[in-house]
Amino acid sequence: MTKSSDTTPDDLETPDAAAGASPADPDPAAGDRRTVHDLWLSGTESPRQLGPFTDEGAQEMLPEESDRILSSQLGTIVEDDFEGLAGSDGDELQIINMGPQHPATHGVLRLQIELDGETIRRVKPIIGYLHTGMEKTAEELTFMQGSTNVTRMDYLSPLHNELCFSLAVEKLLEVEVPPRAQAIRVLMSELNRIASHLLWSATSGFDIGALSMMIYGLRERESVLEFFEKVTGLRMNHNFIRPGGVAADLPAGWQQDVTGIIETVTAGVADFETLLMGNPIFIERTQGIGILTREECFAYGVTGPLARASGIDYDVRKVFPYSGFEQYEFEVPMMSNGDVYDRFVVRFEEMRQSMRILEQVIETIPAGDYRTEDRKVTPPPRARIDESMEALIHHFKIFTDGFKVPPGETYQAVESSRGELGMYLVSDGGSKPWRLHVRGPSFAHVQALPMMLTDSLIADTIATIASADPVMGDVDR
Amino acid sequence: MTSAPTILTATAERFANVEFDSVLGDVVARAPREDVVGLLESVRDAGYEMFIDLCAVDYLVRDPRFDVVVNVVSLAESSRLRVIIGVPGTDSTMPTITAVYPGADFYEREAFDLFGIDFSGHPDLTRILLPDEWEGHPLRKEIAIGSVPVQFKEANKAK
Repeated sequence: MTKSSDTTPDDLETPDAAAGASPADPDPAAGDRRTVHDLWLSGTESPRQLGPFTDEGAQEMLPEESDRILSSQLGTIVEDDFEGLAGSDGDELQIINMGPQHPATHGVLRLQIELDGETIRRVKPIIGYLHTGMEKTAEELTFMQGSTNVTRMDYLSPLHNELCFSLAVEKLLEVEVPPRAQAIRVLMSELNRIASHLLWSATSGFDIGALSMMIYGLRERESVLEFFEKVTGLRMNHNFIRPGGVAADLPAGWQQDVTGIIETVTAGVADFETLLMGNPIFIERTQGIGILTREECFAYGVTGPLARASGIDYDVRKVFPYSGFEQYEFEVPMMSNGDVYDRFVVRFEEMRQSMRILEQVIETIPAGDYRTEDRKVTPPPRARIDESMEALIHHFKIFTDGFKVPPGETYQAVESSRGELGMYLVSDGGSKPWRLHVRGPSFAHVQALPMMLTDSLIADTIATIASADPVMGDVDR
Repeated sequence: MTSAPTILTATAERFANVEFDSVLGDVVARAPREDVVGLLESVRDAGYEMFIDLCAVDYLVRDPRFDVVVNVVSLAESSRLRVIIGVPGTDSTMPTITAVYPGADFYEREAFDLFGIDFSGHPDLTRILLPDEWEGHPLRKEIAIGSVPVQFKEANKAK
């Protein structure tokens, strides 16, 4: 037994009493023997108890946090700012709170739902639980670092975020991207659309009760993520598409990999349809549920698969083509009922159309550079730095200052997996954005949730939220 | 006036104070804030039926200090229109456009939350991303990015 194991909590309160010999160990020579249980203060010759060190540093409670804020954070006070409907006595109405920790909200979405029996009368989405000020952060990062920031917003389609940011920067720079880089961007972003839709079908099927979808969807998605890992080194948050081109050329044998993915996913989507689309329980839970009309989509800025399921022929790839999408043949699947079932149909068909684009990219991808040769924008190859003074200067300037972007403002949109992803970029002529606003598709879709849910049954909430596919990283940024 | 798209000719004639321009291939309309609701109504009826985006930009030293930027799309014409409304820093209010485009609701709340722009007539102008107790509007340029103090392992060695 060493003395420190005998120390009582009283000793901790008075550290000086523990210095030197303690009553449990009268042998003074024992003070020189260091055992693992003694606490030695660095720079001293004798074991001593450390003082009651309570400075909590960054974890310390801030003094301005009043008791009221504290207790609302602890949950002892619940602020209810939800006002009852005018003219009702409120006895039949019940307010339930769904989220922010509900597993079926796919993130930290919170809904206040006013119920009349089992019928939803009003819904109020409450967001901001994942807000990390990424638009402010973007103003502190150079244009070169910016894509690492935006890729973390919509974390299920990171390549679309990077693509949108890069296109916006290139538009202000007026830089031409080589055709091969454009084809690589098309390939990667379409693969990302497939991966995102596969994950969506997995979780949505799971939410509706088709538990096997969870395993099948994630299994097929894995084939895409493995390819991403091979190309970019990462499974998500790639920072692969950058202003000026892409980070690296495709690895050898990529055609076989993509062909393999197409085979896997084609078989998978056929399986999903067999599993779900004819299933009477699935049809019962999805048809006529969560309806959005055409006019509501227009008014609330609903885009992507949700708008197309409501009969709006809007796909940014077709209407405002970017990155050479005009040279590929594909169709925009459309349905007209605007319910959850139609959104399943549209997304399954979209995966097939994306695979059509992938096949065309494999056939038609041109040879050439995978990024622009404009040395003001992209760093020179490593070997050139040893040979050329200019290359060294460019390399140094890009990685210390970043490149400067001419003053101006632009709005750039891409068709992300969820809808129109837009970025409004303002430059003041420096090497950092003056302002970067991100128009996330999920933000508009969360806003439209009350349209879909009002006057439906509470049991349909889960299916409706799943079909809207909100990614909270995109909503809150 | 010449750079207004053809479907907006009538609108451009009606609103003499609105300047139409073309910036990097986008159609941009600069409007005074008094005209914004009427202008957007006219624009919506002309075919720009889809609301896309509303955001604010803080230029700090410029007059007017803020820009509120509204993006709308016409599918029939495959055309985008960006309406930019200057809002002075001393009186950062502008009329809400939620009556024209209901989807502007959340976007105006976001611009209020992050920039403190007061959209008069908005049905529920409260903070949307930040907690209700938050003070200030963090995306304004005078607000520094801030930092969280980090406690290093050996910093309190002498204690």
